[in-house]
Amino acid sequence: MKPFTYERPGDVATALALVAEIPGARFLAGGTNLVDLMKLQIEQPTHLVDVSRLPLAEIEDTAEGGLRLGAMTTNSQVAADPRVRARYPALAQAILSGASGQLRNKATTAGNLLQRTRCPYFYDTTKPCNKRAPGAGCAAIGGISTNTAIFGASEACIATHPSDMAVALTALDAKVETQSGAGEARVLAMEGFHRLPGDTPHIETELRPAEMITAVVLPPPPQGGQIYRKARERASYAFAIGSVAVAGGKVALGAVAHKPWRAEAAELALEQGASPAEAMAAELKGARPDGHNDFKLKLMARLGAACLTTTGAGDDQ
Amino acid sequence: MKTSFTVNGQAASLDLDPRTTLLDALRERLDLKGSKKGCDHGQCGACTVLVNGRRINACLSLAVTHEGDEITTIEGLAQDEALHPVQQAFLEHDAFQCGYCTPGQICSTVGMLKEAGDGWASLVTEDLTADTVLTDEEIRERMSGNLCRCSAYPQILAAIRTAGGLA
Repeated sequence: MKPFTYERPGDVATALALVAEIPGARFLAGGTNLVDLMKLQIEQPTHLVDVSRLPLAEIEDTAEGGLRLGAMTTNSQVAADPRVRARYPALAQAILSGASGQLRNKATTAGNLLQRTRCPYFYDTTKPCNKRAPGAGCAAIGGISTNTAIFGASEACIATHPSDMAVALTALDAKVETQSGAGEARVLAMEGFHRLPGDTPHIETELRPAEMITAVVLPPPPQGGQIYRKARERASYAFAIGSVAVAGGKVALGAVAHKPWRAEAAELALEQGASPAEAMAAELKGARPDGHNDFKLKLMARLGAACLTTTGAGDDQ
Repeated sequence: MKTSFTVNGQAASLDLDPRTTLLDALRERLDLKGSKKGCDHGQCGACTVLVNGRRINACLSLAVTHEGDEITTIEGLAQDEALHPVQQAFLEHDAFQCGYCTPGQICSTVGMLKEAGDGWASLVTEDLTADTVLTDEEIRERMSGNLCRCSAYPQILAAIRTAGGLA
């Protein structure tokens, strides 16, 4: 690791001011991804502002009938919460399908959203990567990696977002609450929170510099069934090669794009009376596989149709 | 940077480079070599310790973040001469071959049994709102963060069943 300094402020305002003022400063939450990337010198913060003990670790009922998940709630805490399990089973399933028990005990809600891609070329510092060094090029394009994007990729980047949790949050229409230095608060829709790569794949979210996620807000649970299903290369403790979240009539796909992929074409098809298989076919018409990841077309068609059938999405349309 | 925490019931106060992981602080500064460094990237579980009763990967956690925490390592599980029930079960079931992953397996088991006791669900839990029943499938899923390259998994599973009062 490169040398850095560390401090643990006691309140949000101080944490925001520190990251705004110190060049190269970063927020540290659970650290399960950031510390790992620091060991590899892919991330090189000069100063870590530890926000893990800030009073942002509560799960509260909202007046609208939803839940507010504090940014520093752990993945384990959210998945174990009786309200989440009873009313947002797709979210509990998504979280529990990610990482290991040990990692979920440390990883936080906000940190999960901000984790970096697991594209092997991002991790291989001997290869060019536009995320690590903007303008360097992309070794994944034409490389041997199969777990790359089939939607929304660019000539600069074909990496996918690795989160399971974020896929469920997208289908559930969650919102991300933030604060920044001047005390400004914003609310961003999950759907627009992560960006497609375009020609700036190193900019992964709509967060501004020194802006902090303070909470993720779930609206009241939608009518209809919920499910999260994940395909991976071993039975447990592996990243998705494709995943599907369904919540009511909303559908989101994981491991297929630079962001959790809202399947709007599938949703529209369902509204118009399409079968689950037809709805997935409508969505996958927009896919652009690259020769190495063509398997994802069949995988997502089957996984998506199975999830839509299980939840009965579209049955009452 | 001055950092104080409790390790196996003993107060420890260390002056640490902020880069020091909890695992390195335990092994290199406190001479507690039971916790093992396998992958050093949170992928193998050999470094698993308990922090305030919850299992974590000590290799991915900076020691300076643990001010005031209560840390339990494999060295702290036995009470005087009496092995912890999970340690005893691993012995009885011969739940290891080379032994390198074993401290992590045992600490992870202690944490996992507490999670199950607290009613936490897992991915293979059919009904997320029902009480936790630790079937073999549940144990395997909940322990998937601990790899055993000798593949002693059948014995590890048997040991956990015994330790959890499930056998």
